[in-house]
Amino acid sequence: MDVDEIVRGLLNGNRRALARAITLVENDYPEGKDIMKRIFKKTGKAHVIGITGFPGVGKSTIVSKLTQEFRMRGKTVGIIAVDPGSPFSGGALLGDRLRMDGIDVNKRLWLDSGVFFRSMSSRGKAGGLSAKTGDVVRLMDAFGFNLVIVETVGAGQSEVDIIEVADTSIVVLMPETGDDIQINKAGILEIGDIYVVNKADLGGAEKTVKWLKSMLLLDDEAVRILEKMDHGSHNESVNDEILTDKLEKKAKDAIDRWIPPVIMTIADIGEGIKELADTIEKHREFMEKSGMLKKRRTVRVSRELLDLIMEDVKSRIINDTSLKFEEFVNRVVENEIDPHTAAEKIIEKLIFSKNSDTTL
Amino acid sequence: MFMQEDIEKIKRRRREWEKRCEINTTGEVKTPSDIKVEIIYDPSDIAHLDYLKDIGYPGEFPFTRGIYPTMYRGRLWTMRQFSGFGTAEDTNARWKMLLKEGQTGLSTAFDFPTLMGLDSDDPLADGEVGKVGVAVDTLKDFEILFDGIPLDKVSTSFTINPPAAIILAMYTAIGDMQGVPRDQLRGTIQNDMLKEFHAQNTLVLPPEPSVKITVDIFEWGIENVPKFNLISISGYHIREAGSTAVQELAFTIADGMAYVEAAIERGIDVDKLAPQLSFFFNSHNNFFEEIAKFRAARRMWAKIMRDEFGAKNPRSWWLKFHTQTAGCTLTAQQPLNNIVRTTIQALAAVLGGTQSLHTNSFDEAWALPSEEAVRVALRTQQIIAYESGIPDTIDPLAGSYYVEWLTDKIEKLAWRYIDEIKKMGEGSMLRGVLKGIETGFFVREISNAAAKYQREVEEGKRIIVGVNKFTIEEKLKIPILKVDPEVQKRQIERLKRVKAERDDLAVKDALDWLRNSAENDENVMPAILECVKCYATIGEMMGVLKEVYGTYKKPAII
Amino acid sequence: MKKIRVLVAKIGLDGHDRGAKVVARFLRDAGFEVIYTGLHRTPQEVAMAAIEEDVDVVGISLHSGAHMTLVPKVIKYIKEYGGNPDEMVIVVGGIIPEDDFEELMKMGVDGIFIPGTPIEEIIDFIKKKVAEKKKKTVA
Repeated sequence: MDVDEIVRGLLNGNRRALARAITLVENDYPEGKDIMKRIFKKTGKAHVIGITGFPGVGKSTIVSKLTQEFRMRGKTVGIIAVDPGSPFSGGALLGDRLRMDGIDVNKRLWLDSGVFFRSMSSRGKAGGLSAKTGDVVRLMDAFGFNLVIVETVGAGQSEVDIIEVADTSIVVLMPETGDDIQINKAGILEIGDIYVVNKADLGGAEKTVKWLKSMLLLDDEAVRILEKMDHGSHNESVNDEILTDKLEKKAKDAIDRWIPPVIMTIADIGEGIKELADTIEKHREFMEKSGMLKKRRTVRVSRELLDLIMEDVKSRIINDTSLKFEEFVNRVVENEIDPHTAAEKIIEKLIFSKNSDTTL
Repeated sequence: MFMQEDIEKIKRRRREWEKRCEINTTGEVKTPSDIKVEIIYDPSDIAHLDYLKDIGYPGEFPFTRGIYPTMYRGRLWTMRQFSGFGTAEDTNARWKMLLKEGQTGLSTAFDFPTLMGLDSDDPLADGEVGKVGVAVDTLKDFEILFDGIPLDKVSTSFTINPPAAIILAMYTAIGDMQGVPRDQLRGTIQNDMLKEFHAQNTLVLPPEPSVKITVDIFEWGIENVPKFNLISISGYHIREAGSTAVQELAFTIADGMAYVEAAIERGIDVDKLAPQLSFFFNSHNNFFEEIAKFRAARRMWAKIMRDEFGAKNPRSWWLKFHTQTAGCTLTAQQPLNNIVRTTIQALAAVLGGTQSLHTNSFDEAWALPSEEAVRVALRTQQIIAYESGIPDTIDPLAGSYYVEWLTDKIEKLAWRYIDEIKKMGEGSMLRGVLKGIETGFFVREISNAAAKYQREVEEGKRIIVGVNKFTIEEKLKIPILKVDPEVQKRQIERLKRVKAERDDLAVKDALDWLRNSAENDENVMPAILECVKCYATIGEMMGVLKEVYGTYKKPAII
Repeated sequence: MKKIRVLVAKIGLDGHDRGAKVVARFLRDAGFEVIYTGLHRTPQEVAMAAIEEDVDVVGISLHSGAHMTLVPKVIKYIKEYGGNPDEMVIVVGGIIPEDDFEELMKMGVDGIFIPGTPIEEIIDFIKKKVAEKKKKTVA
């Protein structure tokens, strides 16, 4: 398939063309860049949903159930599941696809023409997402999916860059992982638009929800109340009431602001999935009405542009021998010049070099 | 086991010997369970063991040397070759041949659709009907399967799990038809769902209802078929999936404890259940490790039944087990070598005191065994039994410094796992095992061991003769049994005929009864027996159970 | 730069996944990107996955004896869903009688691996075949 065929196919609903386009983009082939340029005008319509969380919290099951729910609502769904690559071999074992039919074997999403599933390796990029995830999202967007769900490895503290691609970021937790230290460490309190406490049938779900809610509000008083709460303390019900009151008041005060809701699910049996889907739709609405969507995308695009520029600059510096990058490195090693001056000199050379004149 | 001053002398002499012979310079050797093996063992290695307490006499606690006082002097092990293929007629003919050849028990292999509780005309069954075992849809197939085989004369083993209740009901129905009293029916139904979640993956219902039905079978079986083994708690498949010997032992014992706990929760008297429990182990390549595993298993189970579950009857402390040689060790390359492998594995099983044994056929890495290969496999057992002199005395390896040390070592390592699982269940083995299934604990442990083993083979650290050493170019020409492709068609036709001839109203009533029993948390066995007798199909019955209990999807652990 | 992508698929009703899982791990360690399908997949699902994931290799593992029915179906559905099975390297592993080798190869299977095959051999085979096919499809 050549680029023309792929672009035409992709815009006309040919799944193989989409699949091939992803491969070319993911692997940084020159054709990939070409394709991205040509389909860009068709992007911007899909609602991009990011789902992240620690391993084992049930992300894949939620994605599966959510997809079923959105399909029932008549939406088409593209899914990108990003798994970590092996740092040793560069290989990867991508196993998210196999969860894609949840418990209900009768709804086999694998053969649904309104669903497209693609596994990706993060290829060692810290942050949980592959460098190319953003472009792959755009390909699915251009193909015409109403929703694009990006599921990322939640390995430790790397969830953060889900916000680089998603309009709505969902953080999935499970009961008892939700003690304050863990949540804060992972820095995930800043990134979620919606929080899900999955496996709510396990003990401690209510407590995790309360913790989350108070931490999200960052309300000193709420935190103080919670800190007083002992595990299994009999005063819990009293504290509950105080907390609930506070949360309600807070929510009323903040109509123009999105306060991340916390939703309990038991994804295995589909409980809470409808509510989650509703909330996702509500969030999208809020983002559009409040102008947040544009704002977020503006931030994202400026970061992306800077990234692209930096990448280009790096490769020029490394590949253009007239800039004498290696020589500068050696001189720094030999203590002949300090790194700051070296960097300034290289940049100066780069800006005035002929090479960059012609290509810029 | 020895006088303290003797031990001191022995230890001194050992050190001198090691020094003189520069013993330390030899490399490290480990069993597949990662147990470090010393170059030699002597009394000092087993000085901590107490003969009467830890080893004792056969037929007496803790049964390290065997469960029966006379062991093979009283009666040889049962030679039980697992077989079945094609339609019920084909399998019936193979069985009659095996009985004529001197086999003493039947063992049924079912095809995959039957094992999964699907009818032969199910779309998912396409291409699989009658392939790896016999296809069974209704009681009609059982009538043909046991034609001319009197159920009061044979004992029959059924390797089946999700539809175990249905198959047991079918066997009971055949017995009823032949006029054999139910208390005379002998055999074993595998009925071990927990290991399916760990390893074998014949998965239909979720874990909890699976255990519930298992206990239904216990409850019904104790009253109705008291000579039948109502479960075969199996390590075999755990091992085939790549576990170590220690994991096989530990996970099997853990499952056994989970079942007993579930039965006690139901109100079943442990002493009533215990005689109808049986086990099923693998016999793998490492000769001594396997023997030690069997001996350790008996000792552990005796302690568990007596001390943990408070069983009073010494008969309840027995761990009786079936053994199969390890299918996963068979190589496609130089297939005749498999006869030798199987012989060594069979020897380990016999020296480990097995109650029954299946020896694999040499061509099974290629396909279902041919008649000739099956015969050689059976002859292997017969040669051990009648020519080798091995059964002449009980547990002849007892007292071997190495075997006793290794038995003790394996037991200790297995206890470590059991404690871990119990901790996962906060003191309950049943919850611990269910938790381990949910979190993928078992699957992960086994997968890691499998990958480690394969890596050792790939790196040549573990030698497989004819595969990574002593290889040859060969053109293989072994006669292979191929299943007639018409089997599927014929089986589907029979199913249609049965459905056309049966009383549909009675079937509907029986299935409704089954649904009610399941929904109201009653024992499902009486309803299943009624369904079977009305010629309801396996697919229909499992269908009802799936509707009530839901279906299980395995979490992804690679 | 481009990683070889492999779909490791279990079709049919048999639950023996030891081989598939061990091979999947080793392929990852050899630097491949491996997509594992899990158990009990239908030929249609495997074919669709092969297309969406745009894999270079489809590895089918089965121990149930149903290979002569199920393997051709996978190939048929890849075509039906708009894919080109000739561009992919198709390998089958498991208990496969030698009598069936020829027919499987005729159906479009590139390699058959029986129990005991060193995984190194499978890896080398895949690397070689993927390179060959690439040349062919470019030419």
